[in-house]
Amino acid sequence: MLHGYAASLLEGMGVTLAVALASLAIACVLGLAGAAAKLSRLRWLAALASIYTTLVRGVPDLVVMLLVFFGGQLLVNELAQRAGYAAYIDVDPFIAGVLTIGFIFGAYLTETFRGAFIAVPSGQREAALAFGMSRAQVLRRITAPQMLRHALPALSNNWLVLVKSTAIVSVIGLNDMMQKAGQAAGATRQPFVFYAAVAVLYLAITSASELGFGWLDRRTSRASRPRG
Amino acid sequence: MDATPTLQVTDLHKRYGDHEVLKGVSLAARPGDVITLIGSSGSGKSTLLRCLNLLEQPHEGCLALDGEDLALQRDRDGSLRARDAAQLQRWRSRLGFVFQQFNLWQHMTVLENVIEAPVQVLGIPKPRAIERARALLERVGVGHRAALYPAHLSGGEQQRVAIARALAVDPKVMLFDEPTSALDPELVGEVLKVMRDLAAEGRTMIVVTHEMGFAREVSNHTLFLHQGRVEEEGDPREVLVRPRSARLQQFLSGGLK
Amino acid sequence: MNFDAIAENLPLYLGGALTTLKLLAISLLGGLVVAVPLAVLRNAHSRWLHGPVWAYTYAIRGTPLLVQLFLVYYGLAQFAVVRDSVLWPWLSSAWFCACLAFAINTCAYTTEIIAGALRNTPRGEIEAARALGLSRAQVLRRIVMPSALRRAIPSYGNEAILMLHGTSLASVVTLLDITGVARDVNSRYYIPFEAFITAGLLYLSITLALVGLFHAAERRWLAHLAPRS
Repeated sequence: MLHGYAASLLEGMGVTLAVALASLAIACVLGLAGAAAKLSRLRWLAALASIYTTLVRGVPDLVVMLLVFFGGQLLVNELAQRAGYAAYIDVDPFIAGVLTIGFIFGAYLTETFRGAFIAVPSGQREAALAFGMSRAQVLRRITAPQMLRHALPALSNNWLVLVKSTAIVSVIGLNDMMQKAGQAAGATRQPFVFYAAVAVLYLAITSASELGFGWLDRRTSRASRPRG
Repeated sequence: MDATPTLQVTDLHKRYGDHEVLKGVSLAARPGDVITLIGSSGSGKSTLLRCLNLLEQPHEGCLALDGEDLALQRDRDGSLRARDAAQLQRWRSRLGFVFQQFNLWQHMTVLENVIEAPVQVLGIPKPRAIERARALLERVGVGHRAALYPAHLSGGEQQRVAIARALAVDPKVMLFDEPTSALDPELVGEVLKVMRDLAAEGRTMIVVTHEMGFAREVSNHTLFLHQGRVEEEGDPREVLVRPRSARLQQFLSGGLK
Repeated sequence: MNFDAIAENLPLYLGGALTTLKLLAISLLGGLVVAVPLAVLRNAHSRWLHGPVWAYTYAIRGTPLLVQLFLVYYGLAQFAVVRDSVLWPWLSSAWFCACLAFAINTCAYTTEIIAGALRNTPRGEIEAARALGLSRAQVLRRIVMPSALRRAIPSYGNEAILMLHGTSLASVVTLLDITGVARDVNSRYYIPFEAFITAGLLYLSITLALVGLFHAAERRWLAHLAPRS
């Protein structure tokens, strides 16, 4: 049915997953930093974080990605030229895609982590401080574990949206599922078959993710579920 | 005749913006003292207690534990904070604190709650901490709940766990901030009983409370606070039965809310 | 930075903005109109009724918009029966395909939003209506649906903004919306920063306008649920 292109599509799926996971890592780092900035007492830092989240949520992913890709291309080559490097440097679509999506979802995770932090009652931190724990210990032993439980539903949503948004990286030439499907479609003149196959693969990823997050949610809410 | 006070508080002041909540309060707790702080809401009694382990920052005053002064320095907003973070941590680890809202750590079991400070702050090896914790939980009557999460316990049980948690660090002084105020009336008794037992075995305790029966029967020194000052103090059997100040009389007859 | 080229091409950008707004309006309208009855079906007891709707929203919400767009634009052309049909002039047009794909997409999300709002209707309101003798259909039409639509406004506002961003994919199938114009300007003048920053500013403005619009809608139609001042 897939005319032997199944392996190629699965390879593309691997690339898609790699982009998603790498972007998630960057997004988590930016999200934690952004949340810390928004919660800090330094007003300029909080304002900076607000500008970040507003900009990202006001501009389509595709535009940001094209800016990073084409703009980055220009910037990198200009700097290389000034440094004396003559040949033309190609920006790797994988890197451009991961940086873009990581940057975009860092803004969404900022809100997720900020909400999760606020959801932890201050009494929990107070008790820990009262017993002589250092601020680092309080964060590590008390705040962070409880934050995770509160962040999970939003985190799961963010992840699902992130996975789906990786499809746009094909527009700048990344050899992911979409590109592979396009190549197969061109060769066999059966675009419906192959894009439908890509849809099924994405559905598999999102369904598996939902199951995974459901399990994680059940595990972390053990402490608060009513006794069965 | 007077032993060195275990905890010496001198001339404590605290304000929130322009509103002065503590206007020069002093107290001394000697070993075995059970001191009760009473007064209407807004009198500053909880604030005073929370200043003792610097959960609130006073603006003036001195604190000393076993003769050792807590080193303080002025913060940007005018309040006093601990100069040495390590000293503050040690200070706090020698004062046990029991909160009105229990504040048990929700993501840990009862047992894990009790061993957390001994292991993380005092460096006690985990097996020994667990052994001690089980014994303490038995003593306060919740040994059978050790593997459960706080959300699955009644209010009275949670507060008793909180007391065990405070005992686990073997504190010099135990501080109780209205320990029974958040409890349903029928659960108050079981917590007061644990506190009576602690007093009977000679624990040094400072208790902010509305339970006058407890104050009269268990504590040996009562301070009545009104608008940030110690209006009257002394043996509760004197002070609560034959109050000298008019305001204390009003408070005891239910006039001052 | 060379913003002169941008200034020269401003009419093109504004044309692109118009295209974006048209795409958005058509998709949202089409999606909303179909979503209302679908939301009712989604909450039906019978599995034959809510099953297909659930499958539809599950499939759409679990796959990227780009894939859906390609399925409509490139995929349908694969079938001879489509190419020979009377619908071909429409289905071969990028405009129509984009609107169709976007409408199908936003309809799925909107269906879930409205279905959720319907499920969350306070039971007391329904009971009171039944007790007063209104028929099932009247309860739905006069009480439950209006209430649900109002309560759906905040979530729908979010969805509208996400759809606005989604329309940027129209540039991938050669349409000259804001993003399409930006790509065109970039390829002619090699000024990626200026071209795409301008596009970003246009999208930002429309987003802020939408946010304002929905806040106003909330104030007018959700006032009954606002905390008492």
